[in-house]
Amino acid sequence: MTTRAPSAGAQTPDVVQGPQGVPTVPGAVPVGGRPDPRPMSRRGEILYFALRTKKVIIGLTIIAVFLVLALIGPIIRPGDPDALIGPLGASPSADWWFGTTSFGQDIFAQFVYSLGSTFLVGALGGGIAAIIGMTVGFVAGYRGGWIDEVLNMITNVVLVIPTLALLLVAAAYLSARGVVVEALFIGFTSWPWAARAIRAQTFSLRSREFVNLARMSGVKGLRIVFGEIAPNMSSYLFLTFILLFGGAILIAATLDFIGLGPTSGSSLGLMMYDAVAWSALQLGLWWWFIPPGVAITAIVGALYITNVGLDEVFNPKLRNT
Amino acid sequence: MLTLERVSKTYKVGLFGGTDLAAVRDVSFSLQPGEVISLIGESGSGKSTIGKMILRLLAVNGGAITHDGTDIATLRGSALRSYYRTVQGVFQDPFSSFNPIFKADHVFGLIRGVYFGSASTAEWERKLNDALEAVTLDPGQVLHKYPHQLSGGQLQRLLIARALLLDTRYLVADEIISMLDASTRIDVLNLLGDLKARGLGILFITHDLSLGNYISERTVILRRGRIVEMGATAAVFGQPLHPYTRMLIASVPRLHEKWGQIDAGVRAGSGWAPAPGERCLFHAAVPDGGAAADLAGLAGSGLAELEAGHFVGCVAPTADGTCGGRSASAA
Ligand SMILES: Nc1ncnc2c1ncn2[C@@H]1O[C@H](COP(=O)(O)OP(=O)(O)O)[C@@H](O)[C@H]1O
Ligand SMILES: [Mg+2]
Repeated sequence: MTTRAPSAGAQTPDVVQGPQGVPTVPGAVPVGGRPDPRPMSRRGEILYFALRTKKVIIGLTIIAVFLVLALIGPIIRPGDPDALIGPLGASPSADWWFGTTSFGQDIFAQFVYSLGSTFLVGALGGGIAAIIGMTVGFVAGYRGGWIDEVLNMITNVVLVIPTLALLLVAAAYLSARGVVVEALFIGFTSWPWAARAIRAQTFSLRSREFVNLARMSGVKGLRIVFGEIAPNMSSYLFLTFILLFGGAILIAATLDFIGLGPTSGSSLGLMMYDAVAWSALQLGLWWWFIPPGVAITAIVGALYITNVGLDEVFNPKLRNT
Repeated sequence: MLTLERVSKTYKVGLFGGTDLAAVRDVSFSLQPGEVISLIGESGSGKSTIGKMILRLLAVNGGAITHDGTDIATLRGSALRSYYRTVQGVFQDPFSSFNPIFKADHVFGLIRGVYFGSASTAEWERKLNDALEAVTLDPGQVLHKYPHQLSGGQLQRLLIARALLLDTRYLVADEIISMLDASTRIDVLNLLGDLKARGLGILFITHDLSLGNYISERTVILRRGRIVEMGATAAVFGQPLHPYTRMLIASVPRLHEKWGQIDAGVRAGSGWAPAPGERCLFHAAVPDGGAAADLAGLAGSGLAELEAGHFVGCVAPTADGTCGGRSASAA
């Protein structure tokens, strides 16, 4: 346990720092120096720069590799990943790519199935939290006044409800919990900090003159939020989503690891939980706990790298200097 | 006609909005098409607050702003959109008026979406080119560029072109040249002259007395949120009635400088204050402090009309409407 949990936390910064020294923003793009002088749409332009920023490419590639693995893995290894079909505690080999557990379960099969549920928890939990957090943050920050105060109160209430306590209660009442239930729990409890951050950003952007100019152009409030304010913080919103996505994965892994995870299905955290529960560390079965630990670290780290790169893509000023 | 009737604005400041800051108090004046009024006051006197209230970006706390008789606070939906067809503003900082992540022509895209939905692309481009020509901008040089690739003068002219695209009748110009360099200042200033010739009413907000004198027919002098003097520019600058105005004018030719320095000088003595024994023309004309109801519809606004169209406020107004300067003169 002591080896794995810190490894997930401690490796992340290294992964982020590594590529930061890599020169990015290809070509600084002198204005008019591009061969194609046609005006580009904003979306096309973002894509253009995104695909030329190393950090973005590296981050997305890592995520894509794991995503592909999660998608095609179950096809390569069909059947129940927990079936006791192999030799007991075998090290990785041509037959058993990631080795087997001390019960003879195929760790590669467990790994690829768990990747799928990890992405599900991240996307669903992070997605729900992002939607709630952004809605609350935008409305509170843009409207202000009593609406802001009410939303602030709700945010604070949710903020002080510990996810863990809620899950302990839920664990007592729900005898069967799936991955989706876990993701919903995480989604509905992890949005408050995002709401606060987005509220603060919205609040500071709202008083900028260009928001006034949009108002004087007869643009409605909702369109000002999504057309003027939100695009100004797109990298910020993306960072928020990434943090929520990665956070959901880490929270899920933690919950699984301490035994509050799904009672059915598999996940990277459950794999580590099993490995520890069955003394994989003491028995030297490193192939049991290394893959899930590395995968969690790599996925969360790749999300961070992508975000750092996207900051340059979204901000035209950073591009030119 | 745009009319302000005893308009007041109080900001909630301090921790939990516990303190009230009276930024604008009992301000009344009106703006006609084809007329330039300069609203002059030192920094913090409430000029921008007045401009923002006229543009309905801030709500008034007291009094009312009416446009051709309609209280603008009541405007919603399409009525508000048509108000913005008529009344527009340009602000001090051109770079902050443009959304930095969009190209500068985004400001035209916004009004196209709202006001010119039915216009064909060719028709729209013709209108746009006309407007840009009117502000002496070359479309090829300014369109499809990011704000940070353009100069402040170009950006301000883009914003004026934007106002021209709409059927703007009244323009609030809040210190629009104070952040431009000297060479572009005069161009933008002359552009305002062209707009006036087209029949626009312009509220020219400035802290620069000589600019106000140069461009406007009427002048409103603001101090700490109150009008201290108002009238034809020639009268206000030629025969100032209020000691504050006299002090301002006296300091201009001598320093031939901007307000920063004047303010600093004034502030050195804990702010301008009327000299002891200074006669209050307002209270001399309205001994009961303005309860009289027949002062050209300005009852209670703290202004007395001493000459035709030339108004003056109290020398040292106090919260209860009495004259803080009078006791000094009596003593
Ligand atoms: N949003 C705000 N919140 C609180 N106080 C404000 C706000 N805007 C302006 N003020 C205060 O109101 C007064 C008038 O400000 P303003 O209208 O910007 O003056 P001016 O444009 O003449 O410099 C100042 O004391 C300023 O500090
Ligand atoms: Mg101002």
